[in-house]
Amino acid sequence: MWLYEKKLQYPVKVSKCDPMMAKFLVEQYGGADGELAAALRYLNQRYTIPDKVIGVLNDIGTEEFAHLEMIATMIYKLTKDATPEQLREAGLGTDFVNHGGDLFYNSAAGVPWTATYIAAKGDPLANLYEDIAAEEKARATYQWLIDYTDDVDLQDSLKFLREREIVHAMRFRESVEIIKADMGQKKIY
Amino acid sequence: MSEEQQKQAFDKEAYQAGLKELQVLDFALVELNLYLNTHPGDLQAIQQFNQLAQKRQAVAQQFELQFGPLVNFGNSYSRYPWQWNETPWPWQV
Ligand SMILES: [Fe+2]
Repeated sequence: MWLYEKKLQYPVKVSKCDPMMAKFLVEQYGGADGELAAALRYLNQRYTIPDKVIGVLNDIGTEEFAHLEMIATMIYKLTKDATPEQLREAGLGTDFVNHGGDLFYNSAAGVPWTATYIAAKGDPLANLYEDIAAEEKARATYQWLIDYTDDVDLQDSLKFLREREIVHAMRFRESVEIIKADMGQKKIY
Repeated sequence: MSEEQQKQAFDKEAYQAGLKELQVLDFALVELNLYLNTHPGDLQAIQQFNQLAQKRQAVAQQFELQFGPLVNFGNSYSRYPWQWNETPWPWQV
C-alpha cells in the first residue's frame, strides 16, 4: 500500500520556458537509468532479497517515485508555455504529434521505456551490484544535465537529485556487506 | 467564500514557506530512515528519528489546518466542501 503526499520531496523551480532542456531531462524520466526504472527495479527485487535488506529496497524504491515526480515537474514546467513551433525547434516535434503536451516515458533519444531496463537475476549480490551501478549511472546523468543548463533554479533541484543517488549507492554498498557477512556466518555454521 | 475570493485568500508565500519547513524535516527523516535500515543498532540515530518524527507530525498538522490535507485515503481530515481535489497540486506550485 502506498499513500500519496501532496508535496514534492524538494522544491522545483525553473526560471524560463526551455523545451530543449526538457527533452534532455526526459532521460531521467523514461530512460534506462531513469527514476521510473529505478523505482520499479528496487520494488521488484524486494520480494526475494534476504530479510535484512528488504527495507533498503522498499524505501529507496519508494523515494525514487518522489524523484520521478520532481523530474516530471521540471519537464512540465519547462514545456507548458511552449508553442508547437517552439517544441518543434527544440526537437520535440515528433513527441508533439504523438503525445501533444503530455509527458511520455521515453529516453532523451526517443526510445520508449522498456522492462529490459529491469535487472532481476534471482541472486541478491548480482541484483545489488546492478543497483549500485544504476545509482552511479544516474548520478553521472544528473551531472551531464547540470552541465547542460545555465538555469540556477533548475541546477539546484538537479543537484539535490544527484546527491540522492550518491546516498542510495552508499546504502546499497552497505547492503552488499550485510549479505556477505550473513553468508560468511552460514558457511562457518 | 466564492472561488475567486478563496483564490485570493490563498497565501502563496506562506504556503511555500510551510512546504519548505516540511521538506527540511522530511529530508532529515528520509536520510535517518535509510541510514537506520543498514545501521539498526544506532540508538542515537533512532532517538533523533523519533524526535523529528514527533516534530514533523506537529508541523504537518499546522500546515494542514491552513492549507488543507497533505495525504489521501483518510490520513488527513477535510473541511466542507471536499478539499483533497483542490489545487495546487505539487507540479503546479
Ligand atoms: Fe536513486
